[in-house]
Amino acid sequence: MNEREVLELLRENARYSTEDIARMTDLEEEEVEATIEALESAGVVRGYRAVVDWDELEDERVRAEVELNVKLDRETSYSDIAERLARFPQVRALRLVSGDYDFDMEVEGDSIREVSQFVSEKVAPVPEITQTVTHYVMTSYKESGIEFGDGDDDDRLSVSP
Amino acid sequence: MTLEPSERVNAVPPSGIRKFFEIAEERDDVISLGVGEPDFSTPWAARDAAITSLEQGKTSYTANRGMYELRAAISENVGERFALEYDPDEEIIVTSGASEAVDLAFRAFVDPGDTVAVVQPSYISYGPGVTFAGGEVLPVPTFEEDDFRLTLAGLERAGAADADALVFCYPNNPTGAMMTEDDLEPVADFACRHDLTVFSDEIYAELTYDDEHTSIATFEGMRERTVVFNGFSKAYAMTGLRLGYALAPPEAITAMNRIHQYGMLSAPTTAQYAALEALDSCDGDVEEMVSQYDRRRRFVISRFSEIGMPCFEAKGAFYVFPEVPDGWISDEFAEQLLHEQGVAVVPGDVFGEGGEGHLRVSYATGLGDLREALSRIETFVEENEP
Repeated sequence: MNEREVLELLRENARYSTEDIARMTDLEEEEVEATIEALESAGVVRGYRAVVDWDELEDERVRAEVELNVKLDRETSYSDIAERLARFPQVRALRLVSGDYDFDMEVEGDSIREVSQFVSEKVAPVPEITQTVTHYVMTSYKESGIEFGDGDDDDRLSVSP
Repeated sequence: MTLEPSERVNAVPPSGIRKFFEIAEERDDVISLGVGEPDFSTPWAARDAAITSLEQGKTSYTANRGMYELRAAISENVGERFALEYDPDEEIIVTSGASEAVDLAFRAFVDPGDTVAVVQPSYISYGPGVTFAGGEVLPVPTFEEDDFRLTLAGLERAGAADADALVFCYPNNPTGAMMTEDDLEPVADFACRHDLTVFSDEIYAELTYDDEHTSIATFEGMRERTVVFNGFSKAYAMTGLRLGYALAPPEAITAMNRIHQYGMLSAPTTAQYAALEALDSCDGDVEEMVSQYDRRRRFVISRFSEIGMPCFEAKGAFYVFPEVPDGWISDEFAEQLLHEQGVAVVPGDVFGEGGEGHLRVSYATGLGDLREALSRIETFVEENEP
């Protein structure tokens, strides 16, 4: 029960202090601490990362969505292929999906060249992979539930009945 | 003089929150916890429906009582949510905000000289509305020791037995109080026994955190004497779209519509399309807003208790009503807080009897601002300790 509530708050903002989470849930700080530890050790919470709008920074970051088609055989399963790909640090996300292709892979690098080389030299040669289609990300409008617009200003009257 | 205001207008003083609004608007470092409306935007699906209706050129008047589809959707919604059974043909009128519905009811049912018992602290419009309709206001104070609920003793003490009508709002602005089924029963009995017309403003009905809202109109003998007000402003964050409604028996709606058809003609059409979509597909948005408000509510109550300002546990709406520290009156505390720390709150006394000694603090504000505002209040209280 507590786990669900604490998890929701962490998903909303992982930088909420334990103290604030305690205030918002009516739990004791120690209980919040313990709940977070339990979520982490059970592998429910796998990490905490900042949501970055790269367009706001000088240094470029190249990201691509790569569609992968694979051909399985008796000895090789989806997870075998996934495990092999997921080990590369360039791979930011890897999902098995329904539809026209099998895997949806997010790749990140410092340049188009780096990302292209990674796909052509490390991914495409994997024997089970029959096809790759690489889509470079041009602009991101929303990531992890956060919109990248200018946001809505609070234009309410400052005091109202 | 030609433009001499009428006696009714002169009888109503300007609103007590005006002063705070003016100071707060002048400065740009103010965090306002004085806002009586949601900080969320209208759910996108509802805004999208409004835009689509404009694109399709649906910009003419609707039926006086509102589009039939909308009344049907309202009927279904209040039936499911609050066990209020009202026929969309004859027992529902869509208005420009619940405020218009309240005004229509006062004008439709209050005769000059009638007494309307107004349960306080309350939203600031009821008293003036009664006065504009020619009625007399009888304040019925509620108290913190009763969790700001209306009690039989409170009604009797105020002399409400001799009144013609009774108006209240639960979940309550400004206290955040709620009336449970058990709390409402003696009030319903009292209204029947003394033949009172009841105006029940239920605009915050969707915003409750522990218990579900119960409407007084569901009690035996109450339906025929009650007008229920609700709307889309608070639950669906649609304040600026100005859309509310009233539920009452056919003759009552006919009477209110008599005024509405001459005064307003029909509620804004674009807003009606937004409201229809809101009822159709925005339950999830409401749930999400309610869970956000609930977290903030608990945060704010915890902080006031840490600061040492006792704060009754608000159950609904998006307000808490903490006590000012000993030696302060509400108005001075609020004004000095605004000057010294740039935090705007509304002093409780502007909401009528029973409000003095308290502040209305709205948590319809993001958590970051709430956290900062509460720290400033903490500093203010520490610096001003006697």
